[in-house]
Amino acid sequence: MKIVALCGVGVGTSAILKVNAERALARLDIDAEVTATDVASVQAVGADAQVILTSSELVSRIGKTNADIVVIDNYFDVDELTTKLEEALG
Amino acid sequence: MQLPDLPLTAIAIGIHVEDWRAAVTAAGDGLVRSGSTVPGYTKRMIDVIDEFGAYVVIAPGLALAHARPGPDVIAEGLSVVTLAEPVAFGHPHNDPVSVVLGLAVTTGDEHVLLVAELANVFNDPRVIPALAAATDAAGIRSLLGVTAPAAEASGVEE
Repeated sequence: MKIVALCGVGVGTSAILKVNAERALARLDIDAEVTATDVASVQAVGADAQVILTSSELVSRIGKTNADIVVIDNYFDVDELTTKLEEALG
Repeated sequence: MQLPDLPLTAIAIGIHVEDWRAAVTAAGDGLVRSGSTVPGYTKRMIDVIDEFGAYVVIAPGLALAHARPGPDVIAEGLSVVTLAEPVAFGHPHNDPVSVVLGLAVTTGDEHVLLVAELANVFNDPRVIPALAAATDAAGIRSLLGVTAPAAEASGVEE
């Protein structure tokens, strides 16, 4: 399973999202690969992804996708990530 | 992995700014003063927000200002700015912002460990309000689990 963590430029915020998403997946005991990427690459990187994690600000930048788009408000809140990932993947 | 040293020059406490641009500029100034970047990087951090919106406000009250690696980054660095009056960045959930971190990295890879450590620090929800309320550099360093550079640490103050 593949999950994409999206930010505007692909460094910094998407990496924080990736780290905390991996913590949430470990809690859920779900085995998935989390890839950090930027807006310019999300179509290519996210083509085979099941979930795209991002900020509400960036949703309109994603374009057409078959992945579930999951908006994260607080990137440091592993509880929020766990709840939302469980809903998306459950 | 520890966060990089946080010199006094990279810290600005309780400053007054008019808007988010001034807040991000202050974080950029901290990176420039501490030798991590040249001023062009500050403009690029602002450009990221102009282009993509306020997604850099990644938690309530906290903005992580950053841009891609580039020739205007001299060395990996972090700066910390706290605002006397919080400002809006335009984020639907996490405004207003009272703490701005400036982040500069030289390659796309090295930042992963650094941000993992940032995530460790900020997974504790008490840290952002405590940073906003900190009154001196020692308090900010202690919250982030970072140290003063050796040159400062050898001084009388530390």
